[in-house]
Amino acid sequence: MDDLYREIIIEHYKNPGYRGKLDPHDFSFADSNPLCGDHIEVTLRVGAGGVISEAAFDGHGCAISQASADLLLESIIGKSLDEVKQLTKQDLLDLIGLDLGPVRLKCALLSLKVLKAGVYGLGAASDDLVD
Amino acid sequence: MTFDLTRIRKDFPILQREVRPGVPLVYLDSTATAQKPLAVLDAMEAYYRFSNANIHRGVHTLAEEATTLYEQAREKIARFIHAPSPRQLIYTRNTTESINLVAHTWARASLKSGDLIILTEMEHHSNLVPWHMLAAERNLRLEFIPVTAEGLLDLAEYQKLLEQGPRLVSFTQMSNVLGTINPAKEMIRLAHQAGALTLLDGAQSVPHFAVDVQELDVDFLAFSAHKLCGPTGIGALYGKTTLLEAMPPFLGGGDMIREVHLRSFKPNALPYKFEAGTPAIAEAVGFGAACDYLTGIGMAAIAAHEHEITAYALERLEEIPGVKVFGPGIKDKGGVAAFTLEGVHPHDVAQILDQDGVAVRAGHHCAQPLHEKFNIPATSRASFYLYSTREDVDRLVEGIYKVKKYFG
Repeated sequence: MDDLYREIIIEHYKNPGYRGKLDPHDFSFADSNPLCGDHIEVTLRVGAGGVISEAAFDGHGCAISQASADLLLESIIGKSLDEVKQLTKQDLLDLIGLDLGPVRLKCALLSLKVLKAGVYGLGAASDDLVD
Repeated sequence: MTFDLTRIRKDFPILQREVRPGVPLVYLDSTATAQKPLAVLDAMEAYYRFSNANIHRGVHTLAEEATTLYEQAREKIARFIHAPSPRQLIYTRNTTESINLVAHTWARASLKSGDLIILTEMEHHSNLVPWHMLAAERNLRLEFIPVTAEGLLDLAEYQKLLEQGPRLVSFTQMSNVLGTINPAKEMIRLAHQAGALTLLDGAQSVPHFAVDVQELDVDFLAFSAHKLCGPTGIGALYGKTTLLEAMPPFLGGGDMIREVHLRSFKPNALPYKFEAGTPAIAEAVGFGAACDYLTGIGMAAIAAHEHEITAYALERLEEIPGVKVFGPGIKDKGGVAAFTLEGVHPHDVAQILDQDGVAVRAGHHCAQPLHEKFNIPATSRASFYLYSTREDVDRLVEGIYKVKKYFG
């Protein structure tokens, strides 16, 4: 449990590297987790060859959701859109290094759901994206 | 009879458990659901071990016993809210279903396009959504009694709304977030004066202080068993006899009928008219046992104890820098303390408290509009019941200081 709030999470929550909104951007998407009111908006810029050059997230929520978003965006810079489409729930959990129960899992996965919905160009973010 | 907290705590086996080795449970989430005393667990187990049968039409001994237990429980629950007759006590699944029952039967049969229903801004979703759904279907108007900055209902605005001639005023007797205890008797009197019927959401009030439907003169009262130390899956709707008799049935099926023909049926008498299919029999037995248990301790004593614990909690919480408690002062407040901690999301607060075995709820507590009103996405909520102690509050406060250290 102490692990849940280990330094990396608190650090990325308090001092995120990728907070903000890119304007203009090539992709954007936003969604909320109604359970706790977590809200995340992701904006992306894509360079030559479909490679993500810049990424930012905006929103509010618990430390798990916001730190996960920051760590996720950090990890996708330089990756292709196709690689982002392949990201799984396990990839995100490995990234944040947490073992989460069913309630908090939703917090952690919100940013991945939002990111993938944006990259796929979907109208709505479905839980299937992070199953 | 004196209020013996040590003995009461021994009645609840779950309070003896550790959340994990060496970490005892501090249960501060009774507003979501209360813990269950042995009296309830034993009654339900005895029913299944000894008397289990389907009720009402069996002739054999077990069916007779099960029917008797089921109907005795109804009498106990009816007495608990001072209903004139157990025939006015309809078993439902929970408060939500009780409210839906009124929306689907009385309201659907009686209300027409343009009719007004008055609700409040502090309702939880179960006293909002059934009315949203019916309003969309029947083109009804919904108006809301505003909540003041102190977390009280704006009764001057209520009086103005009443001038618009509402058909129904449906409101909570006690807010599950702010803890506000509303002046139900006066609000019901005013509603009747304006020609409206009243539905009282008793989910939070009936478990915590004496509620007397005759003294209140309320038309409908909805409440759940599981918040008053009974099992989940069962609740009740009280209604005035003339109303219940005039209402069409709710769900169709067995038990709710007097006669069935291939192309028609005649509904059963009260209360069975509203109870289709095999009900939650063991749960009814547990519901009755819970009412007996609380009556044995005394609702006045329970209310007094909660008042003392809540006053102590407010005092301790308010001394923590960065903590803001929502809702009115102790005078108008039941055993609920919803709070925010500056700079920390309520989910993180709840998660770190859980580390020390302290169970609080975090979120919008099924009262999203109320949180929108106060412009906060969520709160952490500690709530108290007959088994809560000052030590529980101390553990909560220590936990919050720990949260502050993490996020400091």
